[in-house]
Amino acid sequence: MKSMFMFTLLALFSIGLLAEDGVGVGDRAPEFNLLNIDGNHVSLSDYDNARGVVVIFSCNHCPYVVAYEDRMIELHNEYAPQGFPVIAINPNDSIVVPADSYTKMIERAEEKNFPFDYILDADQTIFPQYGATRTPHVYLLENKGDHFEVAYIGAIDDNYRDAEAVEEPYLANAIEAIMAGERPDPEFTRAIGCTIKVQDE
Amino acid sequence: MKKLFLVYIVTFFFITPALKANSANDEIAIMDFDTFSPMLEKEDEYTYVINFWATWCAPCVREIPYFEKLHENYKDKNLRVILVSLDNPDHLDSRVIPFIENHNLKSEIILLDDVSANRWIPLVSEEWSGAIPATVIYNNSFRGFYEKEFKYDELEEIVLPLL
Repeated sequence: MKSMFMFTLLALFSIGLLAEDGVGVGDRAPEFNLLNIDGNHVSLSDYDNARGVVVIFSCNHCPYVVAYEDRMIELHNEYAPQGFPVIAINPNDSIVVPADSYTKMIERAEEKNFPFDYILDADQTIFPQYGATRTPHVYLLENKGDHFEVAYIGAIDDNYRDAEAVEEPYLANAIEAIMAGERPDPEFTRAIGCTIKVQDE
Repeated sequence: MKKLFLVYIVTFFFITPALKANSANDEIAIMDFDTFSPMLEKEDEYTYVINFWATWCAPCVREIPYFEKLHENYKDKNLRVILVSLDNPDHLDSRVIPFIENHNLKSEIILLDDVSANRWIPLVSEEWSGAIPATVIYNNSFRGFYEKEFKYDELEEIVLPLL
């Protein structure tokens, strides 16, 4: 009985750890159902027909995101027709960053003519399940039939400042790898970004 | 002779403030990661507080006064505070230097100009996801990495036992 209790405690503890660390490559992608800029809710399962999904934790205010907005649009336009649409998720608290409010998301999407869904993690419950820590932060998901699996985590490419000077387009390479039936290499990269903004406890 | 003296006076009063206004610029070294990285590996009597920030990063800007206060309070006790700006070098004159002057920053400031972040982020710390602010605190017997926004008391709590 006592060992059962310990086991339960350990199990709960592990779940806690997992929740904090988020997902890794090869893990099942957490489901979400979040409000899109068009007023509808968008779920990961809505994309059951896609070969994969490019989830990008994003926002309005972060200069690193702004530097990548055009590239996010290009990636969607290039790869959505091939089965890999972009979904941008704004994880920021709009009280901390008013520029990242739902209304401002709609404005920014209109200004830039975003061709992809731009959804709001209003309760801030989704980004911790993924383990996202910054914007932009990419999770490339592969459709495995009954679920999506994380295939690549990290940066869009290796040069935020100058799209022309990119040497390694990590994300595009990862999508190409999956389409070719291979594993992305690298499957994990890092980049400088803005912290995800939450209210002080 | 008198004329020459006048020229000297005029020059002195006009040039000196110009030099002074420019001094922040002289103090900012722009470097790539490999040039910068020895600062993460010093083996001397100092305790180093190395903070990665940018002028556009709101939480960074909020905590910078605490790093300044730390520098002010403990610079005579073998503490070195180094503020590593990740601003775009194109914004050095338009944003970084005005920021340094407006906030009257006294700590050492470096502009890290290196886009190959996937290579160098883990060299700063394997724990670093890449979000800023981020801070390394180390000396000969201690090394800590913090991907967070600091309050002054938290900084002092870590640094004081190291001095």
